[in-house]
Parts: sequence; structure tokens; C-alpha cells
Amino acid sequence: MSAQITLNARNLSRRLGRREVIRNISLQLKRGEVLGLLGPNGAGKSTTMQLLSGVLIPHAGQIEICGINLAQEPGRAKACIGYLPEHPPLYRDMRVDDFLLYAAKLHGVARSGLAEALAIAKSRCGLEDTGRKIIGTLSKGYQQRVGIAQAIIHNPDVVILDEPTVGLDPSQIRDIRALIRELGNAHSVILSTHLLGEVENICDRVEIMQRGQLIYGDTSVRMQSLGHQAGFIVTLQSPPEPAELYKVPGVVNVEALSATRFKILHSIDANTAEALLSLSAQQGWQAQQLTPLQGNLEDAFVHITQKQPNQHDQT
Amino acid sequence: MTRPDTMILTIAHKEFRSLFATPSTWFILGGLQFIFAWFFLARLDAYLQVQAQLVQLANPPGATHSVAAPVLATIGFILMMLVPIFTMRLVAEERRNQTLVLLMASPVASWEIIAGKFLGMLLFLSLIIAASFLMLLTLALGTPLDYGLLITNAAGLFMLAAGYSALGLYFSTLTTQPVVAASSTIAALFGLWLIDVAGSSTGTILKALSPTVHFQSFNTGLLLSKDITYFLLFSAICLLLAIRRLNNSRIYG
Repeated sequence: MSAQITLNARNLSRRLGRREVIRNISLQLKRGEVLGLLGPNGAGKSTTMQLLSGVLIPHAGQIEICGINLAQEPGRAKACIGYLPEHPPLYRDMRVDDFLLYAAKLHGVARSGLAEALAIAKSRCGLEDTGRKIIGTLSKGYQQRVGIAQAIIHNPDVVILDEPTVGLDPSQIRDIRALIRELGNAHSVILSTHLLGEVENICDRVEIMQRGQLIYGDTSVRMQSLGHQAGFIVTLQSPPEPAELYKVPGVVNVEALSATRFKILHSIDANTAEALLSLSAQQGWQAQQLTPLQGNLEDAFVHITQKQPNQHDQT
Repeated sequence: MTRPDTMILTIAHKEFRSLFATPSTWFILGGLQFIFAWFFLARLDAYLQVQAQLVQLANPPGATHSVAAPVLATIGFILMMLVPIFTMRLVAEERRNQTLVLLMASPVASWEIIAGKFLGMLLFLSLIIAASFLMLLTLALGTPLDYGLLITNAAGLFMLAAGYSALGLYFSTLTTQPVVAASSTIAALFGLWLIDVAGSSTGTILKALSPTVHFQSFNTGLLLSKDITYFLLFSAICLLLAIRRLNNSRIYG
């Protein structure tokens, strides 16, 4: 059985005055999938999240949550969504337990299931010992956890997290990422971020936004290969003149990193590494180590977002 | 699915409880009770001084009429300045602290949010009104009371509190600054009161707009359907405007 589609948004648009801040966005999300919404500041990520969570109403387009139309039956559809805004909506003078129970009741958790829902949400977010504390006295990291707990307490099918790791220290970020990954097993998760590392670590799929439009969408693995530059770093114990290396078929650029290490870029189709190794064996260059260059998301992101404006101007 | 009334009660309960979570509420309640007691004792003292002459009249006014009614009229006046202080936070503070999103993203309709907040506020104000009545009931220790007059007064104060909180709630939805909400509510209520006290020069139609005019008949023991209708309409219009404002913030951000 193929995974159920939990969120289906078609052709969403939203204007701010005359300016279109969201243009024609379509998104689909399957159960058990973590989707990263990536983009520079001001690209419209938060607005998209607000549209999907039903806080704002799109000026055009349809949103279906688990097959329920968000505009026509907001009550039923919103019960399937958990939303953590950019700024967690916490009542600073409430106790953690009271706040979470309030959130659960608002999301329609039945009275009989409240205690269990509270216990599960707290244990998932590591809040077991903070139930009696006043939210305003908690650290930023713990407040963020309370925010996430609030979003998952009613066991929603779709969890929408807007920049969940902003302002946290590295160990807190690690914890929250692990939590999101875990959430992704049972729920569908959309998270927005401008941190590429986050996408690399936890997202199955990436959508890149710029100027209110989705400009690229693919699996995060495929996106990494996009920034990939064909090449490798090789160590030669008795290297020849660099000019010799250029003679190897396919080599585009040679950069000496040290006396014995060279970074070699080559054209994508050429089988340069093999050619170099066999040549090295013939000439006695003593090749020792050959590491292919890893493409990273950073490169891919820059690659995609820089290419886009030009394309846009042409159309 | 939970029914809408449980959502309203959930929100009302939360508003009611959060009012008591701040020390300033307790402080205001204490101060208020002190002021009420002051007025009450002053009125009682004045009444005792003229009581000897009053008994010589054929149909002397009782303690309820001479003491309780004026004190309750004063409470009605104090409500005008008191209610905005409590209603200002209802929505404005949620906007400022960005907690309104929690309600907006929940499966709760705008009218349920407004109804819940209104109900919570009304419950709280009823408590203040009830406390003042407890004080007045001590008169029963020394003299028979006109309970009919007390009941119309209670109904009047309740209606007045409902109208004022609906207006305050509406102003609270308009801004992100609680203080702005409070001062504009006080200004509006003061304006409505001025229509009443401006004297006979103002037309009767204009006077019919003022809540205090309609409260006066309750205060003198009259239960008129036009006054009840006025307060129901006044509250309903303010609440509808508040719901509309909340809906608009979903559309215009």
C-alpha cells in the first residue's frame, strides 16, 4: 500500500496589498515524510506555514488535510494539524502542564484522554521534570520544547514547524532534530528553515522557496548531487610537474593543496580517476590516497537560488 | 469532535483563571471592596442621621431605597472605569505576545474565541458585583429589605457589565497595545456617559444611546423590556464587530 497523502495544497496565492507574497504554491506530503521548506529570509516560508495551518486564509488555492478541505471544514481539518509558529505561542505565566492541557482541550482531545496525551507529549519532548514550572522561567530551549509538545499533544497527522531550532544551542539543536526525525516516522512533518545542515540531517525531501515561489523540489539526496563538482583529491608521494597532470584525459583544473596533495577537477563524463591511477603506476608517481569531492547542500542551494533570478527575468 | 460549547467553556475558564494568576487583580479587587465599603458606610451614616425625620412621613423610604440603591449606582459608575482595565488584555495582549496564533490555529471558530473570552470576563465581573451585594445584604440584620429592588439592581449591573465588557473586548481586538485598548474603551464609555449627563439639551434619541440612562431605570426598580433589549443589542453588536475583526485578521494578516 502506498503511503497516504496527508497534506495536499494546490496553487496557493496570497497578496499583501497589491504585492503577491505567495505565488502559486503547490505542495504534497505523504505520511511518514519530513519535508524541508528552505529559502532565504523573506522568501515567504512563514506565510506559507501560516496558510497551511489555517491561521491565514489564502486568496486563491485549495488546502486539503487528510482529504478534508481546510476552508470548508476548518474545525475538522485543523484538528489534524499541529503548528509551531516561528515565535512559540506560550503563555508565560502558566505552568507547563496547565498550558499543555489547555492546548490539548483546544485541539479537541477528549477529557478522558487528556492525562495520557499530556504524559506522551511530555515524554517525547523531554519535559517530564518541568510540568510544575512556570513557562516564563524556562530556558529558550525548554520553551521551544513546550512549543513542540503543544503542537503534537493531540497526535496530529500533519506537524508544521516554523524554524524549530532557531536560537538554540548545539546540543539542544541535536535533541530537537532527533525528535523531529522521530516524529517523521508516524506523522508528516513540514519544517521551514534557512539552515542547510538541518535539511541534510533530517529531511526526506526539500522544497526551495524564493520570492514567494517554489523554485526547486526534490529529495535531499538528489539535491546534494546538484551542487556536486566532479573531482577528487589525490596524494602523490613523488608528484610530476603540474603540467603533466593536465595531460590526463578529462582534467579541467589542478590545484596544489600542498607539495604532495592535489585537488583535481574533471569533466563529469570522463573516467579521470582511473586514467590517473594507471598513469601513476606507469610513471611511478606513487599515488596513495584518492578522495572524491563531496557535494554539499550549501553549494547546491547557492547554485539553485542564484540561477533562478536570471531564469525568472527571461520568462 | 468536541461540541462548540465545550470550546467556549475551555477558553472562558482559561481567561477566568489567568485573571487570578496576576497579583494586580487581587490588589484591584481588594481596593475595590474597600471603596465600596466606604461608600456604603457613608450612605448608611447619612441615612441614620435623617432617619428620625423620615419616620414621621406617611410613606417613608426604606434602607434599600436610601442606602443600597445609591451605592449600587456608584458601583455602576465605577464599572465604567474598571471594566476597561480588565478587558484591555483579552485580545490585545495575546496579539502582542503572539499567543493568539494558538487560538487561530486550533479548531476553534472566531465566534467561539470571542464568546469564550466574553463569558470568562462576565463571570469575573459577576464575582465583583456579587461581592458588593453580600456587603449590602448585611443591612438585613437591622431592617427589612426590598428584595425586588435589589434584584432589578443586580440585573441592571449585570447588563451594564456585559455591555461594557463587550465594548472593551471589541476595542481589545483592534490593537496590539493593551493600554491603547483600555484608554480608548474608557474614552468611549465616558463619551456615552457624557451624553447622559449633558442635560436636557441633548435629544432623547441621542440619550437612548447611553448605557447609563438605561441603567437608571433598573436602579429605581423598573424592569423595562426596552432597557433589556438595549443592553442585549449593545453587547451583541460589539461582539459581532469583535468576531468580524478577528476574521479579518485571518484574511488580511
